[in-house]
Amino acid sequence: MSNQVAIKVENVSKNFRLPHEKNNSIKGMVVNLGRGRTYEKQKALEEVSFEVGKGEFFGIVGRNGGGKSTLLKLLAGIYSPSRGAIHVSGKLTPFIELGVGFNPELTGRENVFLNGALLGFNRKEMAARYGEIVAFAELERFMDQKLKNYSSGMQVRLAFSIAIQARTEILLLDEVLAVGDAAFQQKCFDYFEILKREGKTIVFVSHDMNAIRRFCTKAILIEDGRIKQAGTPDEIAGQYLLDNISDEQPGKKVNKSLSEEVKELDVKLRGDRKLSRSGTLKFDISYVLPKHLEIDLGFSIINNGFSVAEQKTKNMKLPATKGKTHIVSCEVPLGNFNPSAYRIDVAVFTKSGFKLIGYVLGAEQFVVDGADGLRGGPVRVEGKWSVR
Amino acid sequence: MKHLVTKENRALLSELVRTDFKLRYQGSALGYAWSLLRPLLMFVILYVVFVKFLNITAGIPHAPVYLLLGIVIWNFFNEMTVQSLGSIVGRGDLIRKIRIPRWIIVLSSSISALINLFLNLIVIGVFMAINHVDIMRTILWLPLILAEVYLLALGLSFFLAAAFVKFRDINYIWEVIMQAGFYLTPILYPLSRIPNLTFQKLILINPMGQAIQDARYTTIGHSTVTVRSIFEGGWYQYIPFAIVAVILIVGVSYFRKESKYFAENI
Repeated sequence: MSNQVAIKVENVSKNFRLPHEKNNSIKGMVVNLGRGRTYEKQKALEEVSFEVGKGEFFGIVGRNGGGKSTLLKLLAGIYSPSRGAIHVSGKLTPFIELGVGFNPELTGRENVFLNGALLGFNRKEMAARYGEIVAFAELERFMDQKLKNYSSGMQVRLAFSIAIQARTEILLLDEVLAVGDAAFQQKCFDYFEILKREGKTIVFVSHDMNAIRRFCTKAILIEDGRIKQAGTPDEIAGQYLLDNISDEQPGKKVNKSLSEEVKELDVKLRGDRKLSRSGTLKFDISYVLPKHLEIDLGFSIINNGFSVAEQKTKNMKLPATKGKTHIVSCEVPLGNFNPSAYRIDVAVFTKSGFKLIGYVLGAEQFVVDGADGLRGGPVRVEGKWSVR
Repeated sequence: MKHLVTKENRALLSELVRTDFKLRYQGSALGYAWSLLRPLLMFVILYVVFVKFLNITAGIPHAPVYLLLGIVIWNFFNEMTVQSLGSIVGRGDLIRKIRIPRWIIVLSSSISALINLFLNLIVIGVFMAINHVDIMRTILWLPLILAEVYLLALGLSFFLAAAFVKFRDINYIWEVIMQAGFYLTPILYPLSRIPNLTFQKLILINPMGQAIQDARYTTIGHSTVTVRSIFEGGWYQYIPFAIVAVILIVGVSYFRKESKYFAENI
């Protein structure tokens, strides 16, 4: 293994044996003695190989149940691989989650020392770090209260403050961003920047593609226990978003609501779901009205729960024949969209009074693919800079 | 061996023991005092029934201390094995989420039991003074005998803790075994009350029987029947120690083999 490699994973497989009937009792064994135990072999990981270089910020993405956490636990040494080998050069954090071993019955202070011991610090070393930890967590007033009286946000803050004391060369982070509020996320991001600057090696599991794009230098996409793709964070994040969208098509969450004035309302994407910024988004909106009514249509493009663009058919007279299915097409050039996943929501309004009479949310999704990520948010701006 | 006693492991061990101690009697008015009160109350009951009512210890000098010493050693053995049995499963949260040496968890629960043992030995010291037991030079052997009990319990602890991860009946089975063991070990009754010599020999081959009798011999009075006196120096007297060694080796190696899979089996 060369000096530049921090983690080398070679053909690692991990199987779990899941007993068909949960027989973890001796009685169960005796009863099943003649039949033998039957197992379901669950292949959590199959033939996974990759290398993480020193100083790399390595992202692991994938759907839930795909094997990300198993992989991280293997790296951390919590699981042993069924086959293959993992070589690690340098000290690695032993934990994959924040606040492991926190005890609700102990005070914040006691938990700091307990958690520190799990990271390998003795009392003296923890006492030296204690002030810094408490200050960083902003919990000075609460340290002598039992942890069970902490809010979850406070617990996370405390855990994070302790965890960053573990000054190891390689860090494993599993979904740290999933908990905590915006301020906490910002703290995490600041911390990541520091880690990057210090040249630490980080293995980072997240569902947050923006974070993957922003921090990672390399990434892999894991699906059904295999590496589906390895590449740049932008490639991987794009592929992941696309996978999520195309897989979600059947049985996805569509929120449709119609009043008596609209019988049907639907939106259909025309052409590819994966688009580039030079491409054009094309979709059809179909509707049926139970009686003649002057209406307007509108769509919103949603990114991460926020509407980033909206348009209505204000100056158009739409067909409104009673009982007939009308289709209205729309084409949107995507030049102003940065790479990310988007959703199209559609709504119908009365022309007079602009009353909302029906909407479909989340029926269609698309991805804008591209290399430069979502660093500047979903909307592309080309402001002109000048020095005065 | 050297890599086992690192600074990190020591820090972890001491913190786990501390936590154990803090949590055990949390919210109870008497707190740590229960560590002493429990065996003492048990002792009072057994003393009244077996010494006062049944007079089972007739002819045994310093009968209360004799009885108490047996109870304390047995309680230590019982407490340590029962606590260790559930220690790995009970700390499942740690095992699934963090890489720490698993054996430290078992060791920490054994040390909690050890601390209790020392507290109880102080009580025995007080009783010995009240009963005017003469201190003999053989008492220097007592630490070695207790070490033997500790190693036996440790071997069993490792085995039971690892087995409990897979077989959740072990705790009930072990409870029954401990019940049987309590009566098959000369704790309540003096060994000399058993008329059949073969039974006496069998009971003394059991390491717990041997250890308790030896402890009484060294601490209270040389009239106690021990494995050495009963086999008159033959090689049979070493069987209990061999059993301890075998249990320790088997327990530790089984634990080592299984510990790799604790995280996924819990």
